[in-house]
Amino acid sequence: MDIFLQQLINGLVLGSVYALIALGYTMVYGILGLINFAHGEITMIGAMLALAVITHLTGSALPIPVILLAGLLTAIAGCSALGLLIERIAYRPLRHAPRLAPLITAIGVSIILQNLAMLIWGRQYISFPPLLPQGWIDVAGARLTDVQLIILITSALLMLILDSLVRRTPLGRAMRATAQSPRLAGLMGIDANRIIAVTFVIGSSLAAIGGFLVSAYYGLAHYYMGFLLGLKAFSAAVLGGIGNIRGAMLGGLLLGIIESLGAGYIGPLTHGLFGSNYQDVFAFFVLIAILIIRPAGLLGESTADRA
Amino acid sequence: MVIRATLAMSGVLLAGCSHNNQPANIIRIGSASPLSGPQAHLGQDNANGAQLAVDDINAAGGIILAGKTYRLQLLAEDDQADPKIATTVAQQFADDDVAGVIGHLNSGASIPAARVYDDAGIPQISPSSTAIAYTHLGFKTAWRVMTNDSQQGSALAQYATRNLHAKRIAVVDDRTAYGQGLADEFARAATTNGAQIVDREYTTDHATDFLSILTSIKASAPDVVFFGGMDPQAGPLARQMRQLGLNAQLLGGDGVQTDQFIKLAGQAADGTIASNPGLPLDQMPGGARFKREFTTRFGPIQNYAPYAYDAVYVMANAMQRAQSADPAKYLPMLASTHYQGVTGNISFDRHGDLAQGTVTLYKVINTHWQPLTTLTNTAAH
Repeated sequence: MDIFLQQLINGLVLGSVYALIALGYTMVYGILGLINFAHGEITMIGAMLALAVITHLTGSALPIPVILLAGLLTAIAGCSALGLLIERIAYRPLRHAPRLAPLITAIGVSIILQNLAMLIWGRQYISFPPLLPQGWIDVAGARLTDVQLIILITSALLMLILDSLVRRTPLGRAMRATAQSPRLAGLMGIDANRIIAVTFVIGSSLAAIGGFLVSAYYGLAHYYMGFLLGLKAFSAAVLGGIGNIRGAMLGGLLLGIIESLGAGYIGPLTHGLFGSNYQDVFAFFVLIAILIIRPAGLLGESTADRA
Repeated sequence: MVIRATLAMSGVLLAGCSHNNQPANIIRIGSASPLSGPQAHLGQDNANGAQLAVDDINAAGGIILAGKTYRLQLLAEDDQADPKIATTVAQQFADDDVAGVIGHLNSGASIPAARVYDDAGIPQISPSSTAIAYTHLGFKTAWRVMTNDSQQGSALAQYATRNLHAKRIAVVDDRTAYGQGLADEFARAATTNGAQIVDREYTTDHATDFLSILTSIKASAPDVVFFGGMDPQAGPLARQMRQLGLNAQLLGGDGVQTDQFIKLAGQAADGTIASNPGLPLDQMPGGARFKREFTTRFGPIQNYAPYAYDAVYVMANAMQRAQSADPAKYLPMLASTHYQGVTGNISFDRHGDLAQGTVTLYKVINTHWQPLTTLTNTAAH
């Protein structure tokens, strides 16, 4: 078995989920200059909604792909509505407030969502029903499972679609214009509120899909899962250059690989001084390092005008 | 002293709400366990077990001390399985002058809290903390009604080497006082019994991704993978072992031997072997009655509820024999406990550990835990 290749596969899969979630952070930041700290919780709500529907439909006569799709679509719809709602009641009234106000509001929303989820779905880990294919393929001695393959393909497709949406469509042009200057974009006839709403819908939908994929991958969901996932995706967005969409994709993938290889090799490399329990530390180590060495991120442009 | 304690308590009550006519004949005991966070299901289970005991004692007429009838009252607090918050909760109990504390759930929480209880002179009976250190810090107030890790770890190692004939063993733990302690005890006993520890990996009690460490473990081709930790990690760990094609026997302690583990691991749970201190619920002297009573009120038993139930009774029993709910009076009586509880015979050694540590091994067969064998281990440290 090829250990290095296996760790690389593990990291790529993890990283593509980080990338999906990081996109939500980066898009909202790009347009509003706001770190939407509730984004991790939206991911969690997505996973919970999908699981609730899937668990409810399991055992019914419906074919498995329909059940999974129903769960996924419910999650996307629910999270989009939630994203819109949060933007409308928590962020829009504070759009011209000092930068700290929406940031604190975002943390507040995150706490509310987490506790709401705890009240609705309870404190237990919820398990994903065994509906997914269990097969795997051999890649040069390493294992790539069907679920991993599904995650890789889905996230690659979504990223391609998003990239061409932002770069090639009138909507994408409006988004980029709003990101550059909401006021000037408004003078050109672009409804900034609409663009911001669309941004939240897209970000939340990606988060919903990310949450669904994560819970399918690990076989569980929990009201607390959004916290760490959100922080890591945020780190990924900063790594790639927050505000930069391709940066978030790159940052997510890189972070997943760093985490996986790091956890796999830190023990032997440090002769047991540090163990694989430091897996979660890598994301934040990378975050600190990039903030010191290259604050704008790998693909970020200078953000002096935003600072 | 009884009068002083009673006055102090009524003083607290009066200070709280000045025109409250609540009678002073209430003995308040605390329950400390995680009621939020990843282990909340286990924490709530402990609180429910203790609550059931309190209600049963009250329904049977309360505790009669020196001719006066007292009712028990349980104050359940959330320590979030966090050592820092555990000491805050402990301090709060000390400030509230509770007569005793049932808790904490985690060894990592029980150990730092033990010092606070010792300073305040409040007896602490943990229903589920198994780390050896907990009762070996020299605090006279620390007790447990649960087999400790030394007893459990050596029973597991004995089973792995003698029954499973394991030669190469990989050990993973979650770096908590419980997980690390159990894994260390297991590794030590397994090495003594002639097995080789081929890989030692670590995770955390919040992790869900184990593919990296399992990939490393797979490279060292073990017969047995031992996990020291709880079910939220063990479930995905078992799934990911299956996913990577790591076909070693998964072995765990009481944190793994839960229904939640089977739910989380799904099909991958099959074949897992894990131990639980004490007898299987159905074989406990009071198991059937407890199960009936508990499930009608709170739903399924997660794990340690019978122990929390017994812990309350052991405390009440000592109060009864001391004819006082004053910690200073009834604490010495705990040492001479001979109580026949739901979980079995409870008496303590000089550390406050169970004199007779029983460990039962279970295996998941067709997504159900089936008892394999029961080992008795008196050789604590």
